Amino acid sequence: MGNKQSTFRDDQLDEYQDCTFFTSKEILRLHGRFRDLAPNVVPLDYTNNPDVTLPSSLIITMPELKENPFRYRILETFSEDGEGNLTFYDFVDLFSVLSETAPLDLKIIYAFRIYDFNRDGFLCLEDVEETVHRLTGEELRVEERRLVARRVMEEADLDGDGKLSLIDFQNMISRAPDFISTFHIRI
Amino acid sequence: MDTVDGVFYPSHSGAVSNPLLDQLPSYQSLLYRRKSSGTSSTKRRSLNRGRHGSTSSRSGSGRWASGRLEERPPTLRSTADQRPARELPWSMEEKRRHKEQRLQQCGDLGGWAQWRMSARHYLKRMKEDGQDLLSALQLWRADIHMIEGMFGTGIQSYFSFLRFLVLLNFVMFLLMFSFVMLPIVISTHTSFVNSTFTGGTGSECSVYPPTSRQGLVVFHQHIIDLLSGTGFLEQTYLFYGYYKVNNIHFPSFSYNLPLAYLLCTITYLLLSLLWIVKRSATGFKRKLVQDEDRFQSFCNKVFAGWDFCITNENAARLKHSSLLYELKTDLEEERIRQKMAERSRKEKCRIYCLRVALNLFVIAVLVCCFYCIYSATIFSQQKQAQDQQYYFIVELIFEYLPSIVITLANFITPIIFSIIISFEDYSPAFEIRFTLMRILVNHCECGLVKWWGQQEFAIPQNVLEIVYGQTICWIGTFYCPLMPAINTIKYFLVFYIKKVTLVNNCRPASRPFRASSSTFFFLAVLLIGLALATVPVTVSIAQIRSSDACGPFVNFTTSWEAVPRAVSQLPLGVMTFLNALSSEAFAVSFFVITCLAMFYVIALAGAHKRVITQLRDQLAMEGRDKRFLIQKLCQAQSELPSRTSRSRASHGYHGNPHSSTSGVFVVQPLTHYETQA
Repeated sequence: MGNKQSTFRDDQLDEYQDCTFFTSKEILRLHGRFRDLAPNVVPLDYTNNPDVTLPSSLIITMPELKENPFRYRILETFSEDGEGNLTFYDFVDLFSVLSETAPLDLKIIYAFRIYDFNRDGFLCLEDVEETVHRLTGEELRVEERRLVARRVMEEADLDGDGKLSLIDFQNMISRAPDFISTFHIRI
Repeated sequence: MDTVDGVFYPSHSGAVSNPLLDQLPSYQSLLYRRKSSGTSSTKRRSLNRGRHGSTSSRSGSGRWASGRLEERPPTLRSTADQRPARELPWSMEEKRRHKEQRLQQCGDLGGWAQWRMSARHYLKRMKEDGQDLLSALQLWRADIHMIEGMFGTGIQSYFSFLRFLVLLNFVMFLLMFSFVMLPIVISTHTSFVNSTFTGGTGSECSVYPPTSRQGLVVFHQHIIDLLSGTGFLEQTYLFYGYYKVNNIHFPSFSYNLPLAYLLCTITYLLLSLLWIVKRSATGFKRKLVQDEDRFQSFCNKVFAGWDFCITNENAARLKHSSLLYELKTDLEEERIRQKMAERSRKEKCRIYCLRVALNLFVIAVLVCCFYCIYSATIFSQQKQAQDQQYYFIVELIFEYLPSIVITLANFITPIIFSIIISFEDYSPAFEIRFTLMRILVNHCECGLVKWWGQQEFAIPQNVLEIVYGQTICWIGTFYCPLMPAINTIKYFLVFYIKKVTLVNNCRPASRPFRASSSTFFFLAVLLIGLALATVPVTVSIAQIRSSDACGPFVNFTTSWEAVPRAVSQLPLGVMTFLNALSSEAFAVSFFVITCLAMFYVIALAGAHKRVITQLRDQLAMEGRDKRFLIQKLCQAQSELPSRTSRSRASHGYHGNPHSSTSGVFVVQPLTHYETQA
């Protein structure tokens, strides 16, 4: 596959295959999905790397993302401008990291960035509380959320500084066997 | 002011320790221990500068972290070069640039190295395409994908399990077919092979009257025969009795069919065992790790709880509520654990006595059930043997009495158990498992389980059902070689039926079912089924006298005898070797060696566990020591009679972080830094 299509040049497809975990067929399919979001804006021909960015409000309508409580954070983490507006590069990158074949280390780094709501490089108590809030909605009382966040901190904070660094997070995830199967989007 | 690296607070005395902590050599090397690295720091910063532009710490690119978290000393640059571009946590632009840079470097190397690189690249691409093709061929890939999206990974694991069973049965069928049926088919339909048949011994039992229906047969009789395996089906490959061939003489060798039949049986049992154990090996490892860290239950749920595959609104709502339920349960368990720890001695005594009494009551209920079933069966058989004429309804009741009693038992006992367990005051997770065990004991007795009005897709009951079917298949294949084929078709249909039921009628179980442990649970139950199935098969091969009238073992006393007779026809050397293997001396020494190996491995595991706990405590202690020392250091520094102007902590990143006085950088004023640099 790849001789008939005119969306990408061969060297572009090669580049995509090297920089993501997708095959050329999947990349073309992703381009199709990207284009379906806004057929009038996204060109069919990507051979000269057009600079097209889709707004986050459009991307979260995708079925893979629309039920995810962290969808805005995911978009913000992978976007270049930090606001959640994705170019096709960012789009492919997003689904590549969240694909089945991406290694655990890479997923851990991006998961850390996603859960870091205040973007300070650490998962502090407020970040964890916000995560719990997103997961349970308004069902838990504020004290219960705080209690859960404090328990999480006790369990994972090894160096005792009151927040989780990347190391703490990595150590903790290595003992959470569900992570690799849940932190995964099929597209 | 350069505050792109917003991780550093303005220098309040308490927070100053953070940048010190981050500069420590151990911290820096820990960051890269997992090989997350990149190109030189200067190039990184210019890239970030270009993209960020401004100086605010909160706004700016989502890629900020690639500058901050992955700051690396130049010495570790080499690790990045060895990693494929796609495993690096950068944006696409950066990865492309890295790849181009690497290609340029390669261009500087000789032609041989270049060729090797391109060959490797090509092979990798080939492998990926191959894997892609293989996964596309996987059975039911799209269906399971859809189920995963709608109901999450817990229920998807049930369907993956079903797919595994279809494959297992198919392989068993292929085994039996190619080694038992195919030679017979070849010998009956071709002329260049002939076969000797098992002759009758002439005794009374050696004649089996033909059961093909004679004369005028009612049409529905054929249908009944088809469904119950009698009549014309008895004279087909379906049953053991049809395999009357003793030896098949091919042009170059002679094929011993009874031996093949026996060895196939043993092989399919061994094959099932090996396949199940291999499949459960990963699940078991994960389960061990999980059980070790019971105290990490909260982290698990918060960071690995949400299933990112969910695409359906209902499934999302259910996931939210199941996570909520799990968190609430955990908080509750915490509370109970605290309560249990505070229990007084007298209370403990009371609880234990109560539990013992209730368990005895449960056992009594179960014994009573079995006795009722037994007496009902005896009563029913007696009444049928008496051959008296009763009313039609009464006759019907007598005939179906055992089934009625079994169904009632299965209906009432779970209710009794759930009432009892509320008195026993266990923790909720233990409660669920214990109830399931008690119901399982009852389930073993019965042939049919009826459940009334399934509203939830209850995973445990469904799994028990298919495991039960598979156990029957393992037992029955010895006497009915086509049974794996029937089972394959049956599970194939069950998949579609369950899928339709699930999608249209069910909502997923509100009790959460974790994917990683559920796969292991299913395979463990399957292993129990296999173990239970091996017993009747072994007994019927080794002990029970094989049929005198039909089947491949007519000329032998027991089915197993085919093996010694075949061994006796082998050359002397091989025969002595095989006899030595089966002698008691070998068996005993083998057993002793296995026991020793097992004890060694258990001891090793125990030692490792202790070391892990020690190391973990040590790690926590080191962290605390570090913070303490850094605070003392800061205190000592602040007491020095020097200007404590507000130095930007970010300057700590410039220059060599491995310098031994790196901690001092931070609180010194700018001029001081420059003299040191």
